[in-house]
Amino acid sequence: MNLFRTALFLAKKDLYSELKTKQILTTQIIFAGLVIVVFSFAFDPANNTTKAVIPGVIWVIIVFAGILGLNRSFISEQRNDTMQGLLVAPMEAASIYLGKFIANFAMMLVVEIVSIPFLFLLFDFKFLGSFPYFILVIFLGSFGFIAIGTFLAALAANSKSSEMLLPLLLFPITTPILIGVVQATKIILTNVEKLSSAIAWIQLVTAYDVIFFVVCFLLIDYVLEV
Amino acid sequence: MIDIKNLTKQADNKLILRGVDLRVEKGETVAILGPNGAGKSTLLKVLATLIKPTSGHVLVNGLELKKNHIEIKKLLGYLPHSSLLYDHYSPLENLVFFGNIYGVQEVEQKAIKLVKEVGLSFFLNEPVKNFSRGMIQRIAIARAIVHDPEVLLLDEPHTGLDQGAISILNNVILSMKEKGATTLMVTHDFKQAVEICDRIIIVKNGKIADDFMIENQNLRFVSEKYELQVEGVS
Repeated sequence: MNLFRTALFLAKKDLYSELKTKQILTTQIIFAGLVIVVFSFAFDPANNTTKAVIPGVIWVIIVFAGILGLNRSFISEQRNDTMQGLLVAPMEAASIYLGKFIANFAMMLVVEIVSIPFLFLLFDFKFLGSFPYFILVIFLGSFGFIAIGTFLAALAANSKSSEMLLPLLLFPITTPILIGVVQATKIILTNVEKLSSAIAWIQLVTAYDVIFFVVCFLLIDYVLEV
Repeated sequence: MIDIKNLTKQADNKLILRGVDLRVEKGETVAILGPNGAGKSTLLKVLATLIKPTSGHVLVNGLELKKNHIEIKKLLGYLPHSSLLYDHYSPLENLVFFGNIYGVQEVEQKAIKLVKEVGLSFFLNEPVKNFSRGMIQRIAIARAIVHDPEVLLLDEPHTGLDQGAISILNNVILSMKEKGATTLMVTHDFKQAVEICDRIIIVKNGKIADDFMIENQNLRFVSEKYELQVEGVS
């Protein structure tokens, strides 16, 4: 119980910091906006084949905007050695991981809530697929990506070139999630008759999410040791 | 209160602590002196649960450090070189955050009281990033004692402080001592060590070279002992 309580305090602290400094979320939203504008110029929204690009664009936004946030997540605790302040406090390392995960995930959801409707608007996309399944896929994909990303951000934070190291570590490990969610998103948005295939991809991603979340949760103790 | 037996710490094939044996009774105020690289801060970090020892046993309040680290952390107040404060947070926000993590009751009132005690009540809601080194250190002290720790671990707390801040810090340590807290203070400032500590430990090459009580705040006695142990001068 204490684990969740302290994790929530930490997540609240990170989100309140973001509210004050507006460093991460602003960068993420600007990046997402730029990607959408560039893609909307590159592909003609009047052309039907353009619709096939949308699932890819959604995940490009989530992945790269996500990395911008993940990179800052643990590096921000290096200033004044505040990470030491957390490590000497009566909380498990897993609690720090969980708190950071909740904050990163919440910020990712905000970026998605702002950018995905903007993307549909600029691409003049009429949503005909299954909306609940679409939400589920976005949630599961973001969950897995942020869960693994938060763990690897803690690992990379001690490196001098952490901003380069994080994508190098993150992409190979999250590839199965990204393949699964892009496939599922494509089916849900453009070919909803094949929903059973999308469900199979969703099951794969869910299993991957659960396994990696538990593994990250158990291993974070070794990563955060000074 | 603190019982250390045959403590060693090795990092990158270098032995930093070479079998430290130390017993500190409840309510004692102990200064740890020694040259740079002697292992003083490492000893403090092991006690603060920041680094794991290579071998040996550490008991705090009868609890084994390896098995009861959460319970032990509740007893500790740690003040290292860095402030451990969030720059864009005000003193009140910093203290409330850390107080919440430690499960302090009525944390906001406690935080306001502490900020007042360290003489910064006018700056209660100013971001810490605008503060001078001395002001930051005062808030860092308040952060370290926000949960009324039974053991205070201080790593060179007087460095870079003006006379006013030194006096506030010493008063805080002495008032914690009156409440029965045990203090371990790594320092190079012999004058402060003599003023507030009952006992001196000299660490050299990862071992305790000398351990003695101070009488009548005798600064000369401490300097001579230190020179004898560290510089080999009699």
